[in-house]
Amino acid sequence: MISLSLNGKTVQLSATPDTPLLWALRDELGYTGTKFGCGIAACGSCTVHVDGKPTRACVTTIEAVAGKQVTTIEAMDSNHIGQALQAAWIRNDVPQCGYCQSGQIMSAAALLARNPKPNDADIDEAMRRNLCRCGTYNRIRAAIKDAAATLSA
Amino acid sequence: MSTNSYTTRRDFLKGSAAATGALVIGFTLPMTSRFAQAAAAATPGAGFAPNAFLRIAASGQVTVICGLSEMGQGVHMGIASLVAEELDADWKSVQLEQAPVDKAYNNPLFGMQATGGSTAIRGHYEPMRKAGAAAREMLVAAAATQWGVGADRCRTQDGRVMGPDGKSAGYGELVAAASKLPVPQNPTLKDPGDFRILGKGLTRIDTPSKVNGSAGFGIDVKVPGLLTAVMVHAPVPGAKIVSVDDAAAKAIPGVKQVVQIPQGVAVLADGYWTALKGRDALVVKWDDGPLGSLSSEGISKLLIDATTKPGAVARNEGDVSVAVAKTIEAVYEAPYLAHACMEPMNCTAWVRAGEAEVWAPTQGPGPHQGIVAQLTGLPPEKVQVHTTYLGGGFGRRFAPDFIIASTLISKAAGAPVKLVYTREDDMRGWYYRPASVTRFTAGLDKDGNPVSLTARVASPALSIAAGFATELPKGIDEAAVEGIGDMLYAFPNLRVEYARVEPGIPPWFWRSVGHSQNVYFIEAFIDEVAAAAGKDPVEFRRSLLSKQPRLRGVLDLAAQKVGWGSPLPQGVHRGVAITTCFGSFVAQVAEVAMGANGKPRVQRIVAAVDCGRTVNPDVIHRQVEGAIAYGLSAAMYEKITFKNGRVEQSNFNDYPMLRIDEMPKVEVHIVPSTEAPGGIGEPGLPAATPAVINAIFAATGKRVRTLPI
Ligand code: FES
Ligand code: FES
Repeated sequence: MISLSLNGKTVQLSATPDTPLLWALRDELGYTGTKFGCGIAACGSCTVHVDGKPTRACVTTIEAVAGKQVTTIEAMDSNHIGQALQAAWIRNDVPQCGYCQSGQIMSAAALLARNPKPNDADIDEAMRRNLCRCGTYNRIRAAIKDAAATLSA
Repeated sequence: MSTNSYTTRRDFLKGSAAATGALVIGFTLPMTSRFAQAAAAATPGAGFAPNAFLRIAASGQVTVICGLSEMGQGVHMGIASLVAEELDADWKSVQLEQAPVDKAYNNPLFGMQATGGSTAIRGHYEPMRKAGAAAREMLVAAAATQWGVGADRCRTQDGRVMGPDGKSAGYGELVAAASKLPVPQNPTLKDPGDFRILGKGLTRIDTPSKVNGSAGFGIDVKVPGLLTAVMVHAPVPGAKIVSVDDAAAKAIPGVKQVVQIPQGVAVLADGYWTALKGRDALVVKWDDGPLGSLSSEGISKLLIDATTKPGAVARNEGDVSVAVAKTIEAVYEAPYLAHACMEPMNCTAWVRAGEAEVWAPTQGPGPHQGIVAQLTGLPPEKVQVHTTYLGGGFGRRFAPDFIIASTLISKAAGAPVKLVYTREDDMRGWYYRPASVTRFTAGLDKDGNPVSLTARVASPALSIAAGFATELPKGIDEAAVEGIGDMLYAFPNLRVEYARVEPGIPPWFWRSVGHSQNVYFIEAFIDEVAAAAGKDPVEFRRSLLSKQPRLRGVLDLAAQKVGWGSPLPQGVHRGVAITTCFGSFVAQVAEVAMGANGKPRVQRIVAAVDCGRTVNPDVIHRQVEGAIAYGLSAAMYEKITFKNGRVEQSNFNDYPMLRIDEMPKVEVHIVPSTEAPGGIGEPGLPAATPAVINAIFAATGKRVRTLPI
């Protein structure tokens, strides 16, 4: 049994220690907001926070996060950065198919947590590992700036 | 606002008027497509199908039932707003429900329940408005009767009927009476000047669930007793299994079953990770079959060679053998491309005794129901298809491979099975935009006026691969030549030919289909001809479009908005391209700077769009932005190649795609129009690539005639 803190609650996992966090979240715990896109840390769909850092859950074993704080998209409406981002995402009507958006918001939340006023280069750097096949990039950029503005207002 | 509940046909009927006293509007869709007309003609009296796509509860809640698949294009929003507009619904009380498979939900432009071809608004603009208007008339009639006044003294607004002397009733209060009235078959539609919802940029109804992880995609489906399957797929199309050693796979704790089907071998487990480990432990030997020596070089040679000989004639005007003063010739080539939807292909199937159920992110629930029925030997009405949200579609999810495999696995395993493709399985799934080659020859007179144009297209035939035809009418595959064969440029002498070449990789629909490569070809070549004629690229195009006001209109608008001809910063260059497809007209101007590495940096794209009457301008902006990103991604990076019959790419590490730091600024300008609505999911794509290619020519003097750049 591996135990970790998921969105502030302690959870026990019976999956084998080599199981990626992504599949433990989705298949064992039923947290399906975190998405599978590539399995090789190349798309960002599976981005979660581990001790506050954006992390690719598809290549992070549960063994590696034992005892750590894991935060997923499901907890984003319970912190002020997550709320600001979700509101900005809705105002800017960012999602198209929506599949990549959990990962986008998780990466954006980590960015705003360490840099409350990101410029374009900061956004590029923080977000360039999150693919969006629907091409919502310009909306994502606008929504991050919008959220940053509401947070500093 | 909630969407995407997995309503079954049974629940749907149960929840209808008889059980709840709610108002359910049955309606008929005019069958406008050639296919449907043919079908209707073949079955006497089948010209209209009974239909149900609107329900109003006694609480006043309006539920719009949508048979089209939401894959990011905003169709749920589009359909809901068409109905709500004419119903004069209170927008806050409108929710959307995904329809089961039923003839009633056939796409009128396809004659089957399927989403694609940028048909959603074109096919449903009037039928959905009529559905809302019919309901509104019935509610008004019910109120008028109750109040003993004429219907003409009542009006509607935000889900209420208002009568004389301050009388007013919510729709919910009127449904019981209204549902006893006959459904008007020809209700009066609003004057577009009175629209409150259409043409405005309301927030999409699916957005809230897509920012908190709650939106239900196919990969998220959960049913009791579910097993996850991961497969070994054939490495080469048509390869046959010689032997399977599953001892190591079965030894992995948690692996439940190993199932062999014609498409490959599946390992079933409680979750993906164990199934994947099991899959990777399988030892499967294959006989590659006749395609085991296929290579991209070989395919390229086949296509290029085919353009050196005359082909079937797709279009012939005047005489292209007339004498000319100057000849321009070029050969263009486009590669195979993957769709690479962010959600890998998946499907949950549960084949039980006497019935089957499928949960799938599918663009073709109608045809897929038929396929499952065939595979299981069940009548179609015993097969329920639940359409989930689609994590991207782009044509890929019209293909049945993931439906077929999951159905066969569930049937063999006797359990509900969610088949999930790994990204590598998805990338190597054998459904691609086909490679294509076009050889052009153009002739100019001594003053540089265009005299003749010949295009020879060589490509596989999509209509045959998709099963739409078994033979090509006059030897022409429409998808292979679209964008060239139907060009609007007025060359006095014009000939388009087609050679069908089948290297063995089945071609498939990919966002904007044949236009995706053919508009690149023709628009880059037209630029070459303009340069040879010593003419400005915009002026040269205009001169060939004097009888095409809508296409010339978008060209002029894009040129005006970008400031065509105005000075640019040092090192930045412009290119232009136009297209008409799916009933819409688009022009794009790209501004490109060449990087030190020789790679172009696309800084800005200005697009002008004429898609007729608009339903939601914000959705149009977004579809065009997205289509530009999809097109640019392909132009800059994407290529599927083959060696020894195998796909060489595997995942996003070796099939790179456009990222946020390479996304240009995009400006979209919509031409105000009262014409019938055109499509918008695809028309924004084709002109992006040639606009960039032509800007690269302006920057470097070099023509890019193969992709990626
Ligand atoms: S699924 Fe983890 S980065 Fe793509
Ligand atoms: S919204 Fe579809 S992949 Fe990003």
